[in-house]
Amino acid sequence: MKLDARIPEGPIADKWTEYKGHVPLVSPANKRRIDVIVVGTGLAGSSAAASLAELGYNVKAFCFQDSPRRAHSIAAQGGINAAKNYQNDGDSVFRLFYDTVKGGDYRSREANVHRLAEVSTSIIDQCVAQGVPFARDYGGQLDNRSFGGVQVSRTFYAKGQTGQQLLLGAYSALSRQIANGRVKMYHRHEMVDVVTVDGKARGIIAKNIVTGKLERHSAHAVLLCTGGYGNVFFLSTNAMGSNVTAAWRAHKKGAFFGNPCFTQIHPTCIPVSGEHQSKLTLMSESLRNDGRIWVPLHKEDAQAIREGRLKATDLPEEKRDYYLERRYPAFGNLVPRDVASRAAKERCDEGHGVNATGEAVYLDFASAIERYGKEQANLKGLHNPTQEQIIDLGTQAVEAKYGNLFQMYEKITDDNPYRTPMMIYPAVHYTMGGLWVDYNLMTTVPGLFALGEANFSDHGANRLGASALMQGLADGYFVAPYTVGDYLSNDIRTGTIPTDSPEFDAAEKAAEERQQAFLDAKGTTPVDVFHRKLGKIMWDECGMARSAEGLKKAIADIRALREEFYKDVRVPGQREGLNIELDKAARVADFMELGELMCLDALTREESCGGHFRTEYQSEDGEALRDDAKFTHVAVWEHQDGDPGKSVRHQEELNYENVKLITRSYK
Amino acid sequence: MNLTLQIWRQNGPQDAGRTVTYPVSNVSPDMSFLEMIDELNIDLIKKGEEPIAFDHDCREGICGMCSMFINGEAHGPDRGVTTCQLHMRTFKDGDTITVEPWRAKAFPVIKDLMVDRSAFDRVIQAGGYISVNTSGNTLDANAILVPKADADAAFDAATCIGCGACVATCKNASAMLFVSAKVSQLALLPQGKVEAAERVQNMVRQMDLEGFGNCTNTGACEVECPKGISLENIARMNREFLSASLTH
Ligand SMILES: Cc1cc2nc3c(=O)[nH]c(=O)nc-3n(C[C@H](O)[C@H](O)[C@H](O)COP(=O)(O)OP(=O)(O)OC[C@H]3O[C@@H](n4cnc5c(N)ncnc54)[C@H](O)[C@@H]3O)c2cc1C
Ligand code: SF4
Ligand code: FES
Repeated sequence: MKLDARIPEGPIADKWTEYKGHVPLVSPANKRRIDVIVVGTGLAGSSAAASLAELGYNVKAFCFQDSPRRAHSIAAQGGINAAKNYQNDGDSVFRLFYDTVKGGDYRSREANVHRLAEVSTSIIDQCVAQGVPFARDYGGQLDNRSFGGVQVSRTFYAKGQTGQQLLLGAYSALSRQIANGRVKMYHRHEMVDVVTVDGKARGIIAKNIVTGKLERHSAHAVLLCTGGYGNVFFLSTNAMGSNVTAAWRAHKKGAFFGNPCFTQIHPTCIPVSGEHQSKLTLMSESLRNDGRIWVPLHKEDAQAIREGRLKATDLPEEKRDYYLERRYPAFGNLVPRDVASRAAKERCDEGHGVNATGEAVYLDFASAIERYGKEQANLKGLHNPTQEQIIDLGTQAVEAKYGNLFQMYEKITDDNPYRTPMMIYPAVHYTMGGLWVDYNLMTTVPGLFALGEANFSDHGANRLGASALMQGLADGYFVAPYTVGDYLSNDIRTGTIPTDSPEFDAAEKAAEERQQAFLDAKGTTPVDVFHRKLGKIMWDECGMARSAEGLKKAIADIRALREEFYKDVRVPGQREGLNIELDKAARVADFMELGELMCLDALTREESCGGHFRTEYQSEDGEALRDDAKFTHVAVWEHQDGDPGKSVRHQEELNYENVKLITRSYK
Repeated sequence: MNLTLQIWRQNGPQDAGRTVTYPVSNVSPDMSFLEMIDELNIDLIKKGEEPIAFDHDCREGICGMCSMFINGEAHGPDRGVTTCQLHMRTFKDGDTITVEPWRAKAFPVIKDLMVDRSAFDRVIQAGGYISVNTSGNTLDANAILVPKADADAAFDAATCIGCGACVATCKNASAMLFVSAKVSQLALLPQGKVEAAERVQNMVRQMDLEGFGNCTNTGACEVECPKGISLENIARMNREFLSASLTH
């Protein structure tokens, strides 16, 4: 099969405008005869479902949570980018495009990224119109902050709860369409398969989580907005329910998978505290605006701290190593995530880690508190403030900016981050890889689209902060309404798709048998135990540093684990009724297949780029070494014979016409 | 730590339900409450028993899915936290802890500690939005200035996570805190003012239809709300409702 990205002709800045100008339209009367399924109600899904319904299509939306408002997007903290240039600091559509391509280490598709930058400004207008309460300055205008990997302030935010506010905005638009009957919402429903008829996606099999019943739903197009698969690592910043099942089932039905190994490890998360841990908590990247990252310069001090003999605040300046500021003077603490994570790992591996496990570095707000304190004292006309007053005022200023994050930190660790530096360590956070899509966001299965984190499209090998929220809403509000319409314009005479066809019969039967197999295993080991084991293999060998040797071992280990799983998993209960363990088993089974494909992808990408760091490919000072001659392409995997090990690797060559490929340097 | 858990088990909406006692040992003070239940569930599965069903997802206090009534308090004894953010260091070795689902007519139990909160979604569908289309062809985001104080107050109201602790806590099972948070957020912003009168009337009507009780100003909801949603919102909603009733 030949991969066609269907990128419109013409100069990059005109492609999207030209496309919109010539896209075939569907008349309002015809739209009423067309059904669209949207799986997922995060930023991508809610915005797509609301927009398509508003255009007049009949939409069915699905989510596994008890309400569409609880999709994982709700947890995003720091902010959303847009090229508004309200700060007049040199931002523009081109600069946002350029930063994103560069930040992605030149492994994303130019045309898609440019479109993303173009529509970014409408997102902010749209959200404000919906009542999203972004932070504002005293003049009543919208405020901005900076994120890693850029030198402008283009991030819009709502304290540390930007995702929540954006999602509630999209949820309100969705609720409005549910109220007027154009969207039928199915909550506590899990999609367990895509149904294809004559090679086209024509519906899904969904499981009603409460009753256990399998349901058939047909449509003329299916949009997967089902989020990322970071939970393949078991421990990640993703919500407990986030899973790959929808994307993986689609993959097995013919949708190719793009760059599965591209995983983002976020530098600022709360370190692992013990064996019982079920998830990791992110401390937003926005904290790096004001927090300085350091470890003790001398290993002996680090050891004393680990053993509780010394406190961070006791260590004088000259005995601290602000290693990001030292190594990357141009960007300092605001280097991109992949760079910051690797640098933290390097210091800890060298013995400078500061918590009991040796896997933590400091994120320190003392200088920021002092700086803001002085600023506030000036504003308040205090001419000779005492140190105490400065600290007080500074603490208040920091609280106003990051209060909820500091509170979250304190609740988890029982430490007061205003007084003593936070301890942080990198954790799995986001997956740049996902279902391969063309310019229209359509997968290799006609009629099957993928939006948001579920697709691979815009972030290359590393995503910049505050750009996932931007992508989710761009895809849902502004891209899919055109591109899905383009596809559906050929379907106006098709009529309702029947659900009593042999294809639906077969898909439902297969889903039923799959579920039954987990129950029939009647083994001894709970699902979570397998999930933890898989996560450990993935973290050790396919995490922040990867090598050919380690990846080969991981593949063998995962295959063995999978075999053991089908023999020894214990899932209590029956298929009927609510059975959370059964749902979990199905998700973990899919993670185990995906894990193998990720390792295979990492093994075959013989270079280091973005979040993908192969220890064999690094410069003398430990920076990633890209191989542009061999790897300026998307690795696009085709599934075969139910075995991820037999997957076939295709390539989509990436052509850079507007950005010059250079070694990414933040020095 | 060793603890005794008394957990509500109920097979389905029709089942009468009962409290079952589970001793748990080796609980680490760093565990979250839900991680403690995870461990218990793993033991139950190994013993061939059915694990305890409960709702959760983000485990960081933002999705609003977790919902346990612990020792007679929604989300347990700590303040300003959800169940998933409650840590075992809040308890002492030897404690007996009771765990029940949210109890309210409008939130029927699905199984064990899981309840159906879709009534909240229907209240939002009745008017908890601004009727703007999704075209993106709206005004520039900075075209209407919003005083910082209003924006901040709208934000504070908008941080409600829809968990339902306010309802579970209220002796009347009233949803006033939840509904007023949304009404306030939108009434405080210029974009939301246009429809403010219809909004409050429609949302209150739906709230009553769903079987939530009346507000008798006990203030218990504010105490238990994990997001610190303030009673001022209820006062604001009452004003909004009154003025809407006078003009419509
Ligand atoms: C802690 C955290 C903080 C973040 N902060 C930021 C930030 O500040 N800025 C930023 O830009 N990005 C941030 N991100 C990333 C960003 O939040 C996500 O990438 C983005 O929200 C994903 O949105 P989505 O719509 O693609 O998917 P999600 O929001 O994950 O939604 C997935 C939806 O799919 C549904 N679903 C999944 N599988 C199935 C199935 N099989 N059947 C039915 N339904 C299914 C779920 O129910 C859910 O509704 C953060 C991520 C995390 C984890
Ligand atoms: S008002 Fe508070 S308690 Fe009630 S639903 Fe919202 S966050 Fe939960
Ligand atoms: S699990 Fe999300 S708020 Fe508790």
